[in-house]
Amino acid sequence: MSNAEKFDAVFMDALQITKEQLPGLTYQSIPAWDSVGHMSLVAALEDAFDIMLDTDDIIDLSSYEKGKELLKKYAVEL
Amino acid sequence: MGLQPYGVCPRFPHKPPEMFDFLAYSPKIAIISDTGAHYTYGQLQAAVDVLKPFFRKGELAFCLCTNTPACIMGYLALLESGVATVLVDARKNRDLLQGLLDIYHPNWVWGPIGAGFGEIFRQMEDYALYAYSSQQHRIHPDVALLLTTSGSTGSPKLVKLTAGNIRSNAEAIAQYLGIDASEKPVTTLPMYYSFGLSIINSHLLKGATILLTDKTIAQREFWDFMQEHKATSISGVPYTYEMLKRLHFFRMSLPHLKTMTQAGGKMPADLAREYIDFAAANGQRFFIMYGQTEATARMSYLPWEYARDKYASIGVAIPGGRFSLRDDHDREILAPDTEGELVFEGPGVCMGYAEGPEDLSRGDENHGILHTGDIARFDTDGFFYITGRMKRFVKIWGNRCNLDTVEQLVHTVTSHCACVGTDDKITVFVTENGLSGSIISLLAEKTGLNARAFEIRIVDAIPRNPSGKIQYADLQALL
Repeated sequence: MSNAEKFDAVFMDALQITKEQLPGLTYQSIPAWDSVGHMSLVAALEDAFDIMLDTDDIIDLSSYEKGKELLKKYAVEL
Repeated sequence: MGLQPYGVCPRFPHKPPEMFDFLAYSPKIAIISDTGAHYTYGQLQAAVDVLKPFFRKGELAFCLCTNTPACIMGYLALLESGVATVLVDARKNRDLLQGLLDIYHPNWVWGPIGAGFGEIFRQMEDYALYAYSSQQHRIHPDVALLLTTSGSTGSPKLVKLTAGNIRSNAEAIAQYLGIDASEKPVTTLPMYYSFGLSIINSHLLKGATILLTDKTIAQREFWDFMQEHKATSISGVPYTYEMLKRLHFFRMSLPHLKTMTQAGGKMPADLAREYIDFAAANGQRFFIMYGQTEATARMSYLPWEYARDKYASIGVAIPGGRFSLRDDHDREILAPDTEGELVFEGPGVCMGYAEGPEDLSRGDENHGILHTGDIARFDTDGFFYITGRMKRFVKIWGNRCNLDTVEQLVHTVTSHCACVGTDDKITVFVTENGLSGSIISLLAEKTGLNARAFEIRIVDAIPRNPSGKIQYADLQALL
């Protein structure tokens, strides 16, 4: 599985959504992405890519696209 | 001097105390909103005075809550007018809200503009006063506020609170936390939730400045806001503190933060210990507290000077309150380290419940005594410890969830089901395969809780005793 596929799979699994829902998805735009969902998403991203997100990145993870951008900082090529 | 019976004052006729004395703090900033707007206590009073003429005592209102200045202005005007007011989540599922409106027929709805609840009589910022129903109500004159018992399930069961309940609880909280006009709490909890409301009330009472936001700790806007305005305190349910830890809270630089408070469920003792140690090392205070909506909000707190020794304890009763333990025969337990039902007495104990409009006319049924449904013990120093629960409910991220109500919801999918739970997790046992998706989405929708709260497990059969009663203990043992 490519990193991009893995990234999508983490979002889909953590928030229980389909691939079609990913583009443009933002925090609190669906019930599953509330603060509880956010923390599961962070934990799942950290596990999947074996990284530890900084505070700044956890609170900046406000959309699907923003998440892709943030992972670059951790040398994860998507 | 002889003791007077509670609530009787021989020299003066009955007059409820004024809730808040805003004019005493007139030029002080009462609220800073996350849009950057500032409101003085004088401005708050002026807004209240604009809205008050619309209201008559004996009416019923719904206040659709958000953590915004306009919402608080409406809430204060309703409270000061003596209108019985139901606080609900403005973002509640519309069907659930409509269900409550259909049961109670409030005269007024104070809610966001655009919500469309009827003719608008007055607007204030992003809120509108809707004339909803002309229903004539019979409401006991002491009923001031009605709070939901579980923020989420849409149950019509409401806790009836008096102005005296609210005032006394806010005063007790302000006393043990030492709240004064220099405090700047940042909101992390919704105001329809008794814990969230208690923070607003106890700080408005003392002329503090509330940093008002609906943003969550998962958002940059929250942190920018609380740092810009130098928040001095933060509050949360156990899950809030788990999230804060994941956010590397222990590495953040928050020099103005002095106080952290926790209620809304039992915090894992090791996590509590971590926060207490952190606070002690940083010149802060961390308060473990315990309460229920039925007692307005707060019943106990762990005094900071005892936090390190007694971190697994809920502490002692708040000023003006008293705890006792009762055995199976309702006799008071006097020996330490003996379990019994925790009973609270104090001026914050609610009048009783309303499950429909006819219950609004009933007066005080509790007489200042609340059977909490929690099992507890006290140690030789008089500190109380929760050890179990008598009733079928769990706390999910601070929201009380009745397992029987959840089970009833699952019944619409399958009749072979049983729900058990621990804090932050409800497990639904079913006997059929392939139902997980539909049950979880139904429960998430109807309760408003994140789907992660629910887990489905398949068993061959739901265990029952010979009389057909579900054996929940057997299922609990499988967790």
